[in-house]
Amino acid sequence: MLRYTIRRLIQLVGVVLVLSLLLFAWLRLLPGGPVSALLGERATPESRAALTKQLGLDQPIVVQYFKFLGRAATGDFGVSTGVQPGDSALDIFLQRFPATLELSFFAILIAIAIGVPLGYLAAKRRGSWFDNLSVVGSLIGVAVPVFFLAYVLKDVAASGLGLPSSGRQDAIDATRVTGFFTLDGIITGEWDATFNALEHLILPAIALATIPFAVIFRITRAAVLDVLDEDFVRTAESKGLTAPVIRRRHVLRNAMLPVVTTIGLQTGALLSGAVLTEKVFSFAGVGEALAIGFERRDYPVLLLLIIMATIVYVVVNLLVDLSYAVIDPRIRTR
Amino acid sequence: MALLEVRDLTVVFQRKGEEPFRAVDGVSFDVEPGQTVGLVGESGCGKSVTSLAIMGLLPKRGAKITGTVSYDGTDLLKLSDKEMRDRRGRDLGMVFQDPLSSLNPVVPIGLQVTEVLERHRGMPRKEAMIEAKNLLDKVGIPDPNRRLKEYPHQLSGGMRQRALIAIALACRPKLLIADEPTTALDVTIQAQILSLMKELVQDLGTALVMITHDLGVVAGLCDEVNVLYGGKVVEKAMRHKLFAEPRHPYTHGLLSSIPRLDAAPGEKLTPIKGSVADNIPWSEGCAFAPRCPNALDICVQVTPAEEDQLGRLLRCHNPVVPGTPAAEEVPV
Repeated sequence: MLRYTIRRLIQLVGVVLVLSLLLFAWLRLLPGGPVSALLGERATPESRAALTKQLGLDQPIVVQYFKFLGRAATGDFGVSTGVQPGDSALDIFLQRFPATLELSFFAILIAIAIGVPLGYLAAKRRGSWFDNLSVVGSLIGVAVPVFFLAYVLKDVAASGLGLPSSGRQDAIDATRVTGFFTLDGIITGEWDATFNALEHLILPAIALATIPFAVIFRITRAAVLDVLDEDFVRTAESKGLTAPVIRRRHVLRNAMLPVVTTIGLQTGALLSGAVLTEKVFSFAGVGEALAIGFERRDYPVLLLLIIMATIVYVVVNLLVDLSYAVIDPRIRTR
Repeated sequence: MALLEVRDLTVVFQRKGEEPFRAVDGVSFDVEPGQTVGLVGESGCGKSVTSLAIMGLLPKRGAKITGTVSYDGTDLLKLSDKEMRDRRGRDLGMVFQDPLSSLNPVVPIGLQVTEVLERHRGMPRKEAMIEAKNLLDKVGIPDPNRRLKEYPHQLSGGMRQRALIAIALACRPKLLIADEPTTALDVTIQAQILSLMKELVQDLGTALVMITHDLGVVAGLCDEVNVLYGGKVVEKAMRHKLFAEPRHPYTHGLLSSIPRLDAAPGEKLTPIKGSVADNIPWSEGCAFAPRCPNALDICVQVTPAEEDQLGRLLRCHNPVVPGTPAAEEVPV
């Protein structure tokens, strides 16, 4: 198991190297660039040339790439030109990553908390109106674009329920410890800060949760349907076990395998939804930085954030693989 | 009074937009305490559905069950889901066909035994573990302490079936139903499992309903035998009587199709012609008539009634004459 983990992490290094090269080339291929973004269309050729030189963009791309690698090895990923000009790309990542993590955590929590029980109930009542309604509902969840739902939530739900619709927290006096605003409030005992951060999280988390919810619901429903037909469920019934024991120990424990895979994949894929959601709710996370970074062609920030997103994705999937061994003894004892 | 009295048990499956299917059609039989009764027939004759109906394990929707199944004087079919749940595993135990798929792959064997003890005998986990060890010991699983912690995939097929038997007998039910318990096992293991079951039901005084297509199993185990065809009992007799003198052409055909050690070299087996039809119309004559070597004109016109012939129940217009050897070649 340990050897497997190490091998996967070594593979990750290779993946990141190849990815950085591809990204580097691809970002340079995008029309426009940081210079036009910073100076506008009507800048003089002289000022353009000066800025190009200052940013090191006048050198051949291969040279730029190796310079980047050399600096990256020492932890220097360059300075932002567009998102927060002047700040180091690493600082921007470290500042914003907890926000996205917090948002993703609550989104996936909502998706699991509703998707798994609903999927179980729908499977148990297969063909009933409840089942049909849930399946249609999950289809809508997948089909409605995130940005549309985000705007609906922002404009309708926010004003209707009196919830905040932008930012991570109101300008209140809160002590920062970890960068996770909900956690900071708990640590310092500033409960109003936690509550305020949670209020800001609700709507974006719901918007972000819809697709993972729909996918988790459908996979749970299918997995439970499969398990309900298994002989060992009939054996459990023949033992006269109570319904809750059969549900928990015999049905759900077996149905969770494919669901855990899905949860892992969906967690990894959350970032694409986070770009849209964070932009709509002006939620200062990695997703918003990516959106702004693309508008302003902020090469260093884009490069670092996309690489970090890849690492998160690979690590999450590694954790999913490792969790199989915990859930399924057939893998553990092989 | 018998321990189990099944009267006119009928199970009709009804799916939307499909013809109703009578899987079990008026089956009646008794099981005395400690007695072993066989339900015999080929696939689709209704024997498994009968057992699931007795256990209350048929799906609530789509299956219409009529008749009575009285256990110790209580009609099990009239019990609520909760009342039936209290009885399953405590008064009635069941062993299934495929021991690998019948055990939960992600739960240790120990818990699969103790959960039934906790449920019905109210044992705390620790005490239940000790009892589980004794049970595994009793069904002949070596090194039970280690096996309790293992998972089904770590056990051999024979051991898995022993574990399932231990689970079914954990609460000392008065009735055990075994649905083809040896079909998925190697021949040598089959013999071991059968002798284990025989020994256990004798020791514990458990009544056993043995469901099988294998007349060898019946010969070694059962006191009384019900031969089922198309959801009806076509012949019922004590075992020695049935084997010595099969009267229904179907029973006779089943016995003739068993390979014998004393047969002359090169002698052919005598199979029963054709296979079971999907929906067997007992309404128009005898369901076995199309496959029957003894069929007369009346067989396809009038449904034969059940007749009591000196302790043997028979449903046939033209039974086999005692002493007939193997059935003759059936013209196709």
